[in-house]
Amino acid sequence: MRAIESNKKPTEVKYAMAQRTPLYPQHLAAGAKMVDFHGWDMPLNYGSQIEEHHAVRREVGMFDVSHMTIVDVTGPEAKAYLRRLLANDVEKLKVPGKALYSAMLNETGGVIDDLIVYFFSDVSYRLVVNSATRDKDLQWLEKQAGEFDVAITERTEFAMLAVQGPQAKEKVSVLMNEDQHALVSDMKPFFGMQLDDLFIATTGYTGEAGYELIIPADQVGQVWDKLLQAGVHPCGLGARDTLRLEAGMNLYGQDMDENVSPLAANMAWSVAFEPSERNFVGRSALEEQKAAGTEKLIGLVMEEKGVLRAGLKVIVEGGEGVITSGTFSPTLGYSVAMARVPQPVGDTAQVEMRKKMVTVKVVKPSFVRHGKAVVSA
Amino acid sequence: MSNVPNELKYASTHEWIRDEGDGVYTVGITDHAQELLGDMVFVELPEVGDSVAAGDDCAVAESVKAASDIYAPIAGEIIAVNEELEDSPELVNNDPFGDGWLFKIKADDESEVAGLLDAEGYAASIEED
Repeated sequence: MRAIESNKKPTEVKYAMAQRTPLYPQHLAAGAKMVDFHGWDMPLNYGSQIEEHHAVRREVGMFDVSHMTIVDVTGPEAKAYLRRLLANDVEKLKVPGKALYSAMLNETGGVIDDLIVYFFSDVSYRLVVNSATRDKDLQWLEKQAGEFDVAITERTEFAMLAVQGPQAKEKVSVLMNEDQHALVSDMKPFFGMQLDDLFIATTGYTGEAGYELIIPADQVGQVWDKLLQAGVHPCGLGARDTLRLEAGMNLYGQDMDENVSPLAANMAWSVAFEPSERNFVGRSALEEQKAAGTEKLIGLVMEEKGVLRAGLKVIVEGGEGVITSGTFSPTLGYSVAMARVPQPVGDTAQVEMRKKMVTVKVVKPSFVRHGKAVVSA
Repeated sequence: MSNVPNELKYASTHEWIRDEGDGVYTVGITDHAQELLGDMVFVELPEVGDSVAAGDDCAVAESVKAASDIYAPIAGEIIAVNEELEDSPELVNNDPFGDGWLFKIKADDESEVAGLLDAEGYAASIEED
């Protein structure tokens, strides 16, 4: 047996010893297969990543996302700073707790990272950024702070847990009293609130309803144990990747990076060009790219046997592109992928698989939402 | 630790074979191999009647992680394939030495089997990985 085609591995940075999240003992107790993920010792699966995937689509699963970086931005000029820093506009945020997805760009319009920003007040925001990009993100946040009167504070004392799936709403009730659960049940999507020591937000990376919880590190073990007892399935990075890909959500470092424009990564919706006088970092580069035209991130669907994988060559009308993420979709039962290609695209694409060109269908890069197929192959 | 049954013979490329008598051998991939590959999503098997030489790639195991060639451990004719894998590729994960078998081969020359690794030799080879 020898691998002939495999998924591109994330760049592995070897540390003397991988960092562990506060849930490390829980992972071992649940039988996790642990892997190095950008310097963190994280669960890949607890047996079968496909069963974990189905658990999230049909019931409820939980993911340790404590490796992610939480940064609070506070101070009199917090809002002005974030309006300069982010491609999306925090001016849209009016209600305390409301969240926004945004790219953070460099001057040439490449994506330094994608993140979620929570609004508490005009002088208090919280960012959640990727773990793999932590160091460069923090450097960039400091550098851009320049003359702004803001404080940038990493909150390493917190752990993060994602509880996702149709039963998430019911299951999180074990973590709160009745009044709190009523409040949580009424929360609109992309919203967060603080309940005593628990910050709970209606965000996620699976395409299902659910929550992301920010919890003091010394309490997260008890929270995990309570959820486990309530029947929430532990899920690893493997299922997290197939779920986000079915949902058409980008993975930083794979579907976009510092050399890719958000316009070529299906992120144009998150770039606020209006109001035109807001001069965010990367704006002029993006305006030029917009005028000149960019590549496009498309969805691919292949019903035949086989798996579309990152790195494979894709041919469309406009020329040659590349699969940025590809997988077998457990929900659909066939392979789906995202690919960055030159325009125009057309209805089908050719993918080079094991020296053969295979015709696949081109769709919008979103395949499954709320347990249901949104593509028809 | 991976399971490496004593009664089987192994190729260093992670296939196992079991002597079924009359020169017939069942072939599968090892527990170690399925662990490396993760959840199986498709298994492409050879055709019954195919003649294979030792070392020929004659099947493909496609998992969430990778597509991998599977090699014939010995030369012979394919006399059966595990059709259950068409609908249930996860058998390779759940029972790699049992219900997850891939194909049966009628050996051209049974002496080739002696050249394969025994359980101890295979276990040592995966220790080094």
